[in-house]
Amino acid sequence: MGNPNVGKSVVFSRLTGAQVISSNYPGTTVDFSKGKMRLNNETVEIIDAPGTYSLEASNRAEQVASDIMKEADVVICVIDATNLERNLYLCLELLEQNIPMVIALNLWDETKHLGIHIDEKKLEELLEVPVIPTVALTGEGIKDLVEKINDASSPEKIKPTSQEGRWIEIGQTIKQVEHVEHRHHTIRDTISDITIKPLTGLPIAIAIIFTAFWFVRLIGENLISYIFEPLFEQVYRPFITSFADTLGEGFLYNFLISQTYGTIDFVESLGMITTGLYVPIAMVLPYIVAFYFILSLLEDTGYLPRLATLVDNIFHKLGMHGYGIVPVFLGLGCNVPGMLATRTLETRKQRFIAATLLSVSVPCVAQTSLIFAMFSDEKIQGNLSYAPIIYILMVFTTLLCLYFIVGYILNRFIKGESPEIFLEIPSYRTPHLKTTLKKTWMRIKWFIKDAVPWMFFGVFLINILYTIGVIQFLAELFKPLMNTLFGLPGETSIVLISGFLRKDLAVGTLLSFPAGTFSSFQLVIIATMLTMFFPCVATFAVMIKELGIKDMLRSVLIMITVATTVGIILRLILL
Amino acid sequence: MEDNLIPLSSLKKKTTGKITSIDGGHQIKKRLQAMGIYDGTYVSVKTKQPFHGPLTIEVRGTQMTIGRGMANKIRVEVIE
Repeated sequence: MGNPNVGKSVVFSRLTGAQVISSNYPGTTVDFSKGKMRLNNETVEIIDAPGTYSLEASNRAEQVASDIMKEADVVICVIDATNLERNLYLCLELLEQNIPMVIALNLWDETKHLGIHIDEKKLEELLEVPVIPTVALTGEGIKDLVEKINDASSPEKIKPTSQEGRWIEIGQTIKQVEHVEHRHHTIRDTISDITIKPLTGLPIAIAIIFTAFWFVRLIGENLISYIFEPLFEQVYRPFITSFADTLGEGFLYNFLISQTYGTIDFVESLGMITTGLYVPIAMVLPYIVAFYFILSLLEDTGYLPRLATLVDNIFHKLGMHGYGIVPVFLGLGCNVPGMLATRTLETRKQRFIAATLLSVSVPCVAQTSLIFAMFSDEKIQGNLSYAPIIYILMVFTTLLCLYFIVGYILNRFIKGESPEIFLEIPSYRTPHLKTTLKKTWMRIKWFIKDAVPWMFFGVFLINILYTIGVIQFLAELFKPLMNTLFGLPGETSIVLISGFLRKDLAVGTLLSFPAGTFSSFQLVIIATMLTMFFPCVATFAVMIKELGIKDMLRSVLIMITVATTVGIILRLILL
Repeated sequence: MEDNLIPLSSLKKKTTGKITSIDGGHQIKKRLQAMGIYDGTYVSVKTKQPFHGPLTIEVRGTQMTIGRGMANKIRVEVIE
């Protein structure tokens, strides 16, 4: 256990060999992870708790930490050695619980750069528990830590006291063990200052976000054209073609390969193992890789809390606070981790608003890349009067405006409290490339393991519904509505309905219509509504878990209302 | 002496104050205290965001961002 952002997860992964994500901002571990390690030839279970400043929790992630502690036999308290004073508070609280404990003085190497001298022997003596300096990133001190777990003790000396009492104790302890050299203003401090001052910070923030997304596109596009496309075209196509030939025409062919017999088009064929594989792997995954790499890099430097400070004002108007930007960022990759990140917000109201806005107006990489794919398709492009980017910008601007408008309205009507921001600003750290790559890889692995199966499930379900005609029936039912409400051709209903479960299919269907079926503005409406309507099965499942059935249903109701309203408004403006 | 007592939110940038009282509910006091903010603590203001945005303060060598409303409830004695 320990404060946020002290390297608990890295210590954990060192102890267990498991890979756990860590980053330079509070709140990465919002859930706990379990691992096993060998200790005295026995296998013991070890738990990585979410970071907390105190055992008296102020949000759900901290509550998790506090609950875990109650079941522990031994606590490893991880301390940021560069921030000893503040970290000791939780330490004392833990010691008062009379659970055997060892202390890992992590980030030990940093103290030297910062001119902080800590007498760890003296600290050990004063607290009466083993204290081990560690550098979890490199593994220094971890062996010692494991050996000392046997010596873990719960000192009699420390008695429960008041909050002031603890700080007085800490003050006395610090005087005896820590000596800080006078520090000059370093470049790091200067960078820290200019990125948080509004005058310089805001332009820098905009520049950073633009550069970040530019890199995501650059990396993503290159991955597609040099790795994934060739892989599908040159390796997979010959295989699938011969497989299709052996299969012959019929139900299985329609289900697996394509609805129409003939040449296979990976985007438009809509089969389980053609479009169903191509879209998640060759169109979405490359951007996921690129996105998570850049996000991990940004996280590790410690930039995000500064961004949260800069945008706090805006988010406050939406009933959240600056930290609300973190779910948005994660959600731009995949909505599921975005949903999980809403846990770091303190009240039900804040979490509800964050989750609803996320599902309504934050497109995930899958949705974004499909919107891009849709407008850059040759067939569609022939029909556009402006450059594709204009239409793409229209879609995203609409979504951005919606985020603010819907948030503003929800803040007015939803009861509950919106506590203000209160957030630690960690010092900048140079990202460690190996750690960043490892983290990126962990997230990609997570995406493949947890999100892709749901995508396949969606593909599977919809292909069945398609084959037995349910989709067509529903589409027929909603056809008249399309025209009266949104000014779209009746055929669009099938696109929107299949979009509930499969965005890829939606775009594929759209592209399979003859050129000229839709005007360019109609496409803008369709793309916007597709993003707003049901996120995906996986996000849904997490929403139920995070919000509960009742709030999830309310959230969905809001989503449907907003999507319909926006469709109508866009129609009035554009058509 | 009395004139020296102002809310933390009115403390000028780059100045330091000593907290004299925190006028908030039990919950807020507890959260602040867990981060080492209580009566007698020295606080310096690093930056303030415009339009009643949050303040970034430094306490015991740690920087943190705190909402304007919360900062309004903390009274400090101006030191320098």
